[in-house]
Amino acid sequence: MKSIRDGFGEALVEIGEKNHDVVVLTADLADSTRVKKFAEKFPDRFFQVGVAEQGLVTIAAGMAEAGKIPFTTSYAVFSPGRTWEQIKVTAALNDLPVKIIGAHAGFGAGMYGATHESLEDIALMRVISNMIVVSPVDFEEAKKATKAITGNKKPTYLRLARQDSPEITKPDDKFEIGKANILIESKNPQVAIIGTGPILAEAIDAAHGLEKNGIEVNIINCHTIKPIDEQAIIRAARTCGAVVTVEEHQIAGGLGGVVAEVLSGSFPVPIEFIGVHDSFGESARDYKELWKKFGLTSPSIVEAVKKVLAKKLE
Amino acid sequence: MEVRINMTKRLQNDELQKIAREVRRDIIKMIYEAGSGHPGGSLSATEILVALYFGIMDASDKFYLSNGHVCPALYSVMAEKGLIEKKLLSTYVDLGSPLQGHPERTKLKGIESTSGPLGLGLAQAAGFAAIKRDVFIYCMTSDAEHDEGNHWEALNFAAKYNLENLIQFVDRNRIQIEGTTEEIMPLGNLAEKYIASDWNVIEINGNNFDEIFDAVKAAKENRGKPTVIIANTTFGKGVSFMEMNPDWHAKAPNEEEYKKAMEELSR
Repeated sequence: MKSIRDGFGEALVEIGEKNHDVVVLTADLADSTRVKKFAEKFPDRFFQVGVAEQGLVTIAAGMAEAGKIPFTTSYAVFSPGRTWEQIKVTAALNDLPVKIIGAHAGFGAGMYGATHESLEDIALMRVISNMIVVSPVDFEEAKKATKAITGNKKPTYLRLARQDSPEITKPDDKFEIGKANILIESKNPQVAIIGTGPILAEAIDAAHGLEKNGIEVNIINCHTIKPIDEQAIIRAARTCGAVVTVEEHQIAGGLGGVVAEVLSGSFPVPIEFIGVHDSFGESARDYKELWKKFGLTSPSIVEAVKKVLAKKLE
Repeated sequence: MEVRINMTKRLQNDELQKIAREVRRDIIKMIYEAGSGHPGGSLSATEILVALYFGIMDASDKFYLSNGHVCPALYSVMAEKGLIEKKLLSTYVDLGSPLQGHPERTKLKGIESTSGPLGLGLAQAAGFAAIKRDVFIYCMTSDAEHDEGNHWEALNFAAKYNLENLIQFVDRNRIQIEGTTEEIMPLGNLAEKYIASDWNVIEINGNNFDEIFDAVKAAKENRGKPTVIIANTTFGKGVSFMEMNPDWHAKAPNEEEYKKAMEELSR
């Protein structure tokens, strides 16, 4: 068990050694966004802007204009939460490679309550033209994603979860921005589960349970929300004939929305959505209590698979 | 840290004034022909922009226009300087024109950053200045955009990182969309606020070329702090019925007003 934010932080130090154009800015959250090691190692390329998220993003845009690759870190609720217009205008419209790192995304900061739970960040970022949106599934993938977005020359949003989570991918698994990966490929899959982020561990649990009951599924890890891998989604729908989407985010505007948009135009099949249904979060000592309350855990996924399967067979 | 001082040779005042008058005529013409635009701030900022492009900036220096709505003035100055073709000015706001209603970096070479939404320019200029310490970064802001929180975040950053190569002009024309700045959101003693924020502060008449050039010279000699030049200007300068009248923040003149304005600007 390692955290996605730690994957980001480790990769950033490695990148810092090789790429001297990389600079890091934070809004008083160097430690919890895991850029402290970078700051200690490369003090000349680290900028502490204070609790000033709007400044964080706009100062970074100026640094990008001056030839740097700035990584900006805060919690996702604050950036992109507070900084949407700054990101749209000074990063995306300017076409500058500003990296927006949104930490504690999803329910990971559950002990702090609804204000600190980011359930809207994917939606906010994917509606901005020219923006890349990446949401890694685990520690290893976070490392690869961090490296991949460093060189992509584009304004990019990277979504990071706070908590330690199961290792789902291996160091030598392929990672390419915009190309979804298959996590489970069954012989006779009846439903495709398409998900993003560490919540996919729940989908894997669900798949094992379903298999014992004679229901086989494929699982697709959609680590890039934008550009979305349309081919992988359509292929999954063709192969399985029914889809369940899984995310730790609002369904509206999130991965569920994306998948529905793709399939309704190309290959309509029944879909069930696991995610937050137009609701705010709340406090809990452990994020898993919230996953359960909001219907994101494996029993809910099992139910969704059965429901969508029934619809398919109607 | 050594900052290069290399003032480009400035033109004589009468030549600069001639250019400023031409720029003002272009501003009125562009806004009249387009049927939209922001004449008041464009006219108040004219001398500062002319001075920047005709005597202050080196080729390697950068300029961020934060109050992007005064872009008719910038476009016209760029045309006078030969950076864009003069005939392009008549396409201002037209579909497909590089001269957008608010300036866009990816549509027009020479625009450092897309602007229009207020309060974003100083932060970008500060970010640039923090990276490129061997050139001067100029930024123009409006007084009204000091209402924005983003602007003050940049103020702190620039002071913390001792951005002595950052020179900000505040176009202090005292007018914003719905009235005077002191009615809408009083800025109080702006100079004192900057001094308290550890900036080097110079206050001038921003429609006077000598004062603009002297202020920049002093700013460049200053060490260790970013500089703000609070440029007191006349909103709508040069067109009697626009001067200090908030109605002309974002309004195009009708035919009669256009003729009257052009007549006043040819005297």
